[in-house]
Amino acid sequence: MILLPYLATFLLLTALVGLIRVMRGPTTADRMLAAQLIGTSTVAILLVIGVATEAPALFDVALVFAILAAISLAAFVATARSGHQP
Amino acid sequence: MSVQDIMGVGIMVLGTVFFLAGTVGILRFPDAFSRLHAVTKADNLGLALIALGTSILAADGFTAAKLFLIWILIAVSGAIGGHLIARHALRDKS
Repeated sequence: MILLPYLATFLLLTALVGLIRVMRGPTTADRMLAAQLIGTSTVAILLVIGVATEAPALFDVALVFAILAAISLAAFVATARSGHQP
Repeated sequence: MSVQDIMGVGIMVLGTVFFLAGTVGILRFPDAFSRLHAVTKADNLGLALIALGTSILAADGFTAAKLFLIWILIAVSGAIGGHLIARHALRDKS
């Protein structure tokens, strides 16, 4: 139980590394990748903090966030595709 | 610290190691397609282990089912998202 806050901090660094990929990513596909990475690590952070603070409500937040990550990824791809057709 | 706590936290640490592998993979791999492997597989397994550790620590059947649902959702959206991103990266050469 002592280790959990450190795990959450490390997962947050993982999400920040995704921002580096967003900045450096040559193609738009890399930026979509980073969105998927940040979504997954945020869900993991929510699970870890949900256990550390014994707040089961955070698991529902993680569920909603997982759905939002899926929808935002589909939206990214849809807007990127429609942007190129003349 | 009962055995249950130690096992749960241990599995979560292992999941975090897979997250580290996925993140290093995203930074170091040469092109977008190989990075897709990192984000859809390594992070997925990391999340599966963290969800397993969480359900062990939470020690409740309904919560374990909810965490399993979260993992399945991320796995499916990762797979579908991976295909969408790969098709997009294949089509446009911008």
